[in-house]
Amino acid sequence: MKILLMGNPNVGKSVIFSRLTGVRVIASNYPGTTVGYTRGFMKLGEEPDEIIDVPGTYTLEPTCEAEEVALRMLDTGDVVINVVNATNLERNLYLTLQLLERDIPVVVALNMWDDTRHRGIHIDLDKLRELLGVPVIPTVAVTGQGIKELVEDIPKAISPDSPARSRDERWAAIGSIIDQVQRVTHRHHTWRERLGDASVKPLTGGIMALAVLGGAFMIIRLIGESLIGYVLEPLFDNLWAPVILRLSELLGGDGFLHDIVIGKIAGGEVNFVESFGLLTTGLFVPFGMVLPYIISFYLVLGLLEDIGYLPRLAVLMDTIMHRLGLHGYAIIPTLLGFGCNVPAVLATRILESKRERFIAATLISIAVPCAALQAMIIGLVGEKGGQYVAIVYGTLFVVWIILGIILNRVVKGFSPELLIEIPPYRLPSWRAVLQKLWMRVYGFLVEAIPIILGAVLVINILYILRVFDAIANFTAPVVTGLLGLPKEAVTAIVIGFLRKDVALGMLAPLGLTAEQLVIGSVVLAMFFPCIATFVILLRELGMVNMLKSAAIMICVALITGGLLNLIL
Amino acid sequence: MPEGEQITLTQMQTGQSGTVIQIKGGHGLVNRLNSLGIRPGKRITKLSSMIMRGPVTIQVDRAQVAIGFGMARRIIVEPV
Repeated sequence: MKILLMGNPNVGKSVIFSRLTGVRVIASNYPGTTVGYTRGFMKLGEEPDEIIDVPGTYTLEPTCEAEEVALRMLDTGDVVINVVNATNLERNLYLTLQLLERDIPVVVALNMWDDTRHRGIHIDLDKLRELLGVPVIPTVAVTGQGIKELVEDIPKAISPDSPARSRDERWAAIGSIIDQVQRVTHRHHTWRERLGDASVKPLTGGIMALAVLGGAFMIIRLIGESLIGYVLEPLFDNLWAPVILRLSELLGGDGFLHDIVIGKIAGGEVNFVESFGLLTTGLFVPFGMVLPYIISFYLVLGLLEDIGYLPRLAVLMDTIMHRLGLHGYAIIPTLLGFGCNVPAVLATRILESKRERFIAATLISIAVPCAALQAMIIGLVGEKGGQYVAIVYGTLFVVWIILGIILNRVVKGFSPELLIEIPPYRLPSWRAVLQKLWMRVYGFLVEAIPIILGAVLVINILYILRVFDAIANFTAPVVTGLLGLPKEAVTAIVIGFLRKDVALGMLAPLGLTAEQLVIGSVVLAMFFPCIATFVILLRELGMVNMLKSAAIMICVALITGGLLNLIL
Repeated sequence: MPEGEQITLTQMQTGQSGTVIQIKGGHGLVNRLNSLGIRPGKRITKLSSMIMRGPVTIQVDRAQVAIGFGMARRIIVEPV
């Protein structure tokens, strides 16, 4: 049996999904967290049943890619668990009635049931069951309340003989249901609601946005630097370095195997950044430099997501984003891109038009450096002085703006307007935040580290085979002439296709000036997406648009790098 | 009802409430707003509007919805 979890965006489908299947999925407090679908299994009877976490949809008449995914899924399912936000019954029932009109059994999970009480909402459950003609189970997904009852009632799901209605008839039917089952008592605004209102007003909202983003940035750096300075560097220097030195002796201090495993060691000291062996740089880059920032970035992002701040930022940024051919909601994929470009490009599905998705994906790939690359920029460029890090970020920001304005003019079509539901502020549960953090860190560990080690291996083999020398001589006019970098820097750009963090690390042993490092970082960030992002771009944009996007990236990277070389 | 009392959502004052009279737009727009519960006859309250033709945020039932300026201009409201 195939069970579909369907409902409006941001009603808690993903949390219920995790409860039912034990499969952990990313859940946040904003509409559109789930843009693809996730499947899991649970056992109701003898055979395991497949459960699918369908992206949120307001209606079965789709208005964006994520809703189209939802509609396509509906035709493949056997039962629908319709997750309904109990605090906003009227609007949620629209989808419910549409589902009941279809020939598929439905059971309703009335989620956020605990919220109804302090919001002064009283719902007559028995009456609602009678009027809808299907089982209705009150649930509180985050605490697990009602999940057992929901599971028990899945076999009781039925498809009532509901007539096909027009839109107006549906609303009339909903009006009649609401009159019979719901009573709302008046109550005063809570401080959370006041804060919510203030954050979408121009003045107070602007001040709050600056405070939140500034604070987020400082906390990310503080946690990242502390983890590196107090935990990871001491671990590598005091525990791992002696092991490496001992191993180096065992391998004879030289030779093919030594170069690959340990790399270059000079003067009895291990330089984890520059030695470029599998067990030195290959481990230090992911664990000693990148992981701390992955942890700190995703901790802060997770908090902002679960509090429900991101849609408010979208409202504030809407006017600016329109200049770039996007609307405010594009700020969410953009922020995700500062962690990793892969989920960011996927998240562009919350945007309505192909045009917007092309512009957003291209801008993210070019001007939004992922956490891994940023960690390396902060680590390597930051050593030369904070002002150089600022130049890197400043350049990327200016490119983001200018390229966005150009794409808005050049790409055909127009961009739709912002239309989003703003969720209430919620106090995030630490358990949920840490669980989400762990999923993302785990994702980094299993997906990135093999590629990082592979990249270091490939680099060493290509060095030994002298392939890089050939490439370096061939591309010298561009790399040296246009960008002002030593010709060997091209190797970093080539490896950037595998992993940008490793690639930037390759610039470290070249003894670059601060200006050259800035140019190298900017070009590396913009030139071409890493292989993981490349695959996702290809899938999401299609071949033709992917090629267009890639051509834009290469041109813009060379122009920006050339200009920086002239200015700096 | 008198014509003069009908204004667009963008012309409403922050904090003011009103009833949606009409959505001046194609099927797509009406459909999208409708699915968010914004439809003729619905009582709404304007919570805020951004400067420089930014989005308008409204309260409809117990949900808050942010609506782009161009879209908000096509929602005709009768203030109460």
